[in-house]
Amino acid sequence: MSIDAPVKVTPEARKITTKPRVSDQIFRGIVTAFSFSALLILSMIAIFLLIQGFTTFKEQGIGFITNFEWTVVIDENGVETANFGLQAMLLGTLVISIIALFFAVPLSVLTALFLTFYAPERIKRILVTIIDLMAAFPSILYGLWGFFVLMLMAEYWAKLIHKWLGWIYIFDVPDPIYTRSPFIAGLVLAIMIIPIVTSVSREVFSQTPLDRIQAAYALGATKWGMIRAVVLPFGAGGVVGGSMLGLGRAFGETVAVFSVLNIVFRSNFQILFTQGGNVASMIIQKWGEAAPSEVGALMAAGLVLFILTLMVNFLANYIVTKTVKSGR
Amino acid sequence: MSTSTVTKMRPWAATPRDRVMTATPVALAALATFIIVAATPMKGKLAYFWLFFLTWFLIDSLFIARKSGSKGVRDGLAAKLTLLGGLIVCMAVFSILWATISNGLKGLNLEFLTANMRNASLFDPIGNGGILHAIIGTLMLIAIAIIFSVPMGILTALYLTEIKGRAAGVIQFLVQAMSGVPSVVAGLFIYAAIILNTPLRSSAFLGGLALTILMVPTVTRTAQEVLNLVPSDLREAGLAMGATQWKTVALVVVPAARSGLITATILGVARIAGETAPLLFTVGVFDSYNFNPFKGDQGTIPTVVWRGLLGGTPESIQRAWSAILVLLVVVLIMFVLARTLGTKGSKK
Repeated sequence: MSIDAPVKVTPEARKITTKPRVSDQIFRGIVTAFSFSALLILSMIAIFLLIQGFTTFKEQGIGFITNFEWTVVIDENGVETANFGLQAMLLGTLVISIIALFFAVPLSVLTALFLTFYAPERIKRILVTIIDLMAAFPSILYGLWGFFVLMLMAEYWAKLIHKWLGWIYIFDVPDPIYTRSPFIAGLVLAIMIIPIVTSVSREVFSQTPLDRIQAAYALGATKWGMIRAVVLPFGAGGVVGGSMLGLGRAFGETVAVFSVLNIVFRSNFQILFTQGGNVASMIIQKWGEAAPSEVGALMAAGLVLFILTLMVNFLANYIVTKTVKSGR
Repeated sequence: MSTSTVTKMRPWAATPRDRVMTATPVALAALATFIIVAATPMKGKLAYFWLFFLTWFLIDSLFIARKSGSKGVRDGLAAKLTLLGGLIVCMAVFSILWATISNGLKGLNLEFLTANMRNASLFDPIGNGGILHAIIGTLMLIAIAIIFSVPMGILTALYLTEIKGRAAGVIQFLVQAMSGVPSVVAGLFIYAAIILNTPLRSSAFLGGLALTILMVPTVTRTAQEVLNLVPSDLREAGLAMGATQWKTVALVVVPAARSGLITATILGVARIAGETAPLLFTVGVFDSYNFNPFKGDQGTIPTVVWRGLLGGTPESIQRAWSAILVLLVVVLIMFVLARTLGTKGSKK
């Protein structure tokens, strides 16, 4: 009796590859392609604004940044002489943004500290909701509120500041008109950027290593002592980054600033006086009555604004990601 | 043997004496504030507010100084200052809400919500004409922006969380940079790229494109956060069952994060609903219904507010307040929706 030994069939080893299937390749391809939309949009913005503003850049040269005149004169022969200079507006943007940071950063840091270390859980949740809500308010609402509500109060404050500190140049005014000043625009901007500065600061503060906090307490520190010795040094980078994010927002704010600021093409550092500037709202102001040659200049101004905010944002995000390790 | 019972002790809790020591300065400060306001020419709600804090700072510091010395005083001052910061922020928000509601309600009536402005001007008495055309226009813009930005945003987020390709770091950086693009630049860009180069003229479609630029970063970042919260066990389980990555993402990851992705969309909409500047370049203004998104100017709520504000007469300003109230209510509803969906998602 013989039984055939079973024939051993060794199945051929499956080929092990890391190559994804066709469906996955398609999936990955589509997702990757879409992910480059951010790059595409950003570069298209730069390219198209550059194309439209190119003649202005060529004609005005560096003067586009350093002159402070914005005039289009057509003489009797129909020859057009245009002077486009952004300096007054750039300085104005800087002035109101600095005023905004001056008020917003201390308030935001205090609020963030309150939320992280002082507030009871219930109040904390309510306040966080309120601050998130603040970020969702449309900017024209801030403009309307700034014009009709804040302006009345701020005018009074401006008079007080002028009365007591008027001997300092920046608080002096040539004429006693205190409405629609960079000071008020700065206040409105301050309130607009509080949510962003607060939320970044809060995030950084809440990531303070617990062992260091407890070490400070174990050494007998009061709460404030702990905050000063541990939290603030740890979170300083995040606060700076958050403030710069706010600065980027303040640079680009249009409608709210336009509502409360009297835009005049003159360098003005007297922050209580009723004239100032802001590149973004200047674009809106000039748009309506823009001559064809002026449209190109406004595009160029848009490009300058775009590059400015992009740079501030890049720097801010770099600082924030470096501080907050989890990566915002 | 007697068993000793351990009484619960809470040595950190405030004793009645502590409570009195905290409450007395508050009462004293309130009293002092009233006296000072009555005795001096200072007046107004803000004067009460600041004086109360000032006197409270002083009196409470004296109380603490007796108990805990100068370190305690500094600690107390810091605590009060942070509280003051939070209160100022709250005051600003409530002032904005109160101003909008109290001013907006005056001009709100059925006509305002159900008519258009074809036969009325901004300067007509209130009750003549309404903003239904603007509400429809804004909804149309939002719909167009959603159509473009939600796929773009969610796919970018998927790239950052699921594929994690080589360019992930760069893309992340660019998306963050994109969230800082000024709204006026978005409008200028659409004008420069499309209106100056193609036969298309200002329409709801172009406005939607401009808003897309502003909405994509918000959607991407929120979606990314939500997708990161999906446990990687789920992904590994899907892959271990032999599913391809595409199937795992489509059938496991995205459904698990669904409510969060809806939240991301809603937050994006809340971000763009009130944008005004880009609309002035790309949508124009119109006083009646326009149901064609590709052709013709469109009325929108932000531009109604804008024109009302610039109009400068009491009637036009009243219209601006009422219109912004409508817009605010829309934003608030979306905000609450996003919140409830968000918390529901995270509880699961």
